[in-house]
Amino acid sequence: MIKQELCQVIDQTEIATNIYELTVKGELVHEMKEPGQFVHLKVNNGISPLLRRPISIANINQDEETFTMIYRAEGKGTRLLATLQQGDLLDVLGPLGHGFPVEETEACDTALLVGGGIGVPPLYELSQRLTANGVKVIHVLGHQTKNAVFYEEEFKQLGPTFIATADGSYAYSGFVTDIIKNENITFDVLYTCGPTPMLRALEQEYRHKKVFLSLEERMGCGIGACFACVCHTAEDPTGVSYKKVCSDGPVFKAGEVVI
Amino acid sequence: MSALNISLPGLELKNPIMPASGCFGFGREYSDLYDLSQLGAIMIKATTKDARFGNPTPRVAETSAGMLNAIGLQNPGLTKVVEEELPWLSQFDVPIIANVAGSMEEDYIEVAKEISQAPNVHALELNISCPNVKTGGIAFGTVPEIAQSLTKKVKEVSAVPVYVKLSPNVTNIVEMAKAVEQGGADGLTMINTLVGMRIDIKTGKPVIANKTGGLSGPAIKPVAIRMIHEVSQQVAIPIIGMGGVESAEDVIEYFYAGASAVAVGTMNFVDPFICPKIIAELPELIHSLGFDHISECTGRSWKTVEKLTHHRA
Ligand SMILES: Cc1cc2nc3c(=O)[nH]c(=O)nc-3n(C[C@H](O)[C@H](O)[C@H](O)COP(=O)(O)OP(=O)(O)OC[C@H]3O[C@@H](n4cnc5c(N)ncnc54)[C@H](O)[C@@H]3O)c2cc1C
Ligand SMILES: Cc1cc2nc3c(=O)[nH]c(=O)nc-3n(C[C@H](O)[C@H](O)[C@H](O)COP(=O)(O)O)c2cc1C
Ligand code: FES
Repeated sequence: MIKQELCQVIDQTEIATNIYELTVKGELVHEMKEPGQFVHLKVNNGISPLLRRPISIANINQDEETFTMIYRAEGKGTRLLATLQQGDLLDVLGPLGHGFPVEETEACDTALLVGGGIGVPPLYELSQRLTANGVKVIHVLGHQTKNAVFYEEEFKQLGPTFIATADGSYAYSGFVTDIIKNENITFDVLYTCGPTPMLRALEQEYRHKKVFLSLEERMGCGIGACFACVCHTAEDPTGVSYKKVCSDGPVFKAGEVVI
Repeated sequence: MSALNISLPGLELKNPIMPASGCFGFGREYSDLYDLSQLGAIMIKATTKDARFGNPTPRVAETSAGMLNAIGLQNPGLTKVVEEELPWLSQFDVPIIANVAGSMEEDYIEVAKEISQAPNVHALELNISCPNVKTGGIAFGTVPEIAQSLTKKVKEVSAVPVYVKLSPNVTNIVEMAKAVEQGGADGLTMINTLVGMRIDIKTGKPVIANKTGGLSGPAIKPVAIRMIHEVSQQVAIPIIGMGGVESAEDVIEYFYAGASAVAVGTMNFVDPFICPKIIAELPELIHSLGFDHISECTGRSWKTVEKLTHHRA
């Protein structure tokens, strides 16, 4: 069930340049079921900025009633979010949307998790769930540059982890798709979240495979009421059938919607 | 005794607060959050004859104290609304105001005729901000004669009272209001969004795929207040006011300007519980201002003291 709650900030740390890890505590954590769901945050009181900001759930701790988000402070809203300190209250609406289907990968099978930039965070909770089910996970994570890389160690603890930077300043130089090819990575199921061109490339390349993509779109309500975030379905690409990224997604099976 | 109940043509409202069209879908999402029977009414998403996908994305952009939207009237079409959405909504004890849109007079007439017969539709809201394909895309709501003719024709077929939703994108709002009043409108709703644009300084291109979008939210409230203040003094039909309402105080301001009820749009996205919160806060605010009933507030900004039923504050 979707809840609105003032959650208490437990910790906020800058873990890479302009990348923040924010942990908050609240009862709505009990509603968080699937990895890949997101929350809609009101970063301050008042009307500037007006709209909530969609941010993925990166880590859930049911015992402590906390969850963690990782985000890039960039525009007006996220920069304000970065000023929150321990003990502050944050207006959270969530959990929202449908996440990654963990049950689509069987124990002992291999799941490949591909993330790009601020699409990496939801893969962390996903990877923990998969490994807990006995799934072998491989991570391929792309970032812009060396000092934007985060959670490398955390992912490594769960499975083999390859990092690419677009400017070549750290680890592999180039795109995540290059790593998958050059390292001959094989897998049973692919889960991915990141910039749309990356998702398109992966969908194209692995048509014959089971692939799940998490999409990004500008949002109004975040709960399915305003029709801001729709996309066409693949079977009716120019017609009237649609899916809402906020409530039907953000995760879709490859080939389900037009990206 | 309730301090909030309001009677308007076709509408017996428990309270004068309702979600605005397009900001509440057909109520399903918000029904998971609270009991919709608390609301005064619900203005459902614009319904057109045929289903529409709407515009490409991005469809929304944030602005200072507001947002732009160019959804493009996405909706499942008349048949689905009448056969699925309205029957579903009938489980709630709340009157529905059906927002009717089209690109030709004939479309409006067909939708109005059929949707007005649904048992829980108590009034129509005619969305005349849509482009008229027969006049090269000029909005119905920007030419008084066209708006009047449309109102007249819809009135002829509608089984329930018709409220006309005025577009603020006109030079003379009073002239428009009078034109539709003469066309037989039972009430007015105002305002729809103001046409605007945002440009992304990285790409150099408009943020919204449709280029222009409708500005809504607190940023437009003073425009709406001014227009309601002008129009309410010149017409005899009631006005449902909207534009950036975010608090019980805003509701009173709208009433003072001349509104008899108020719709909340954009702020539902910011606080999904905004409508029930405002409804809960209103009685105390009204009493603290010295009124027994909210209807005493209508037009207070321009009514002469003698005309006011209540003297205080
Ligand atoms: C389902 C989902 C999950 C997301 N998860 C994360 C995450 O875990 N970490 C993270 O850093 N970012 C995430 N994002 C992107 C994040 O929402 C945007 O970076 C953020 O909204 C930008 O806000 P701002 O105040 O920095 O920018 P501003 O420029 O002030 O934003 C202006 C408006 O545009 C919207 N907007 C701008 N960029 C985006 C974008 N990329 N996607 C959607 N809306 C945008 C904002 O929400 C706001 O309404 C996610 C987006 C979606 C849709
Ligand atoms: C996302 C969105 C969709 C809208 N869709 C409609 C619509 O379908 N029909 C209509 O008459 N008005 C529509 N409107 C206008 C609102 O009903 C309202 O008139 C306007 O937004 C001003 O109120 P607000 O500032 O409280 O949002 C829409 C507004 C928004 C923000
Ligand atoms: S953001 Fe409103 S429908 Fe998805």
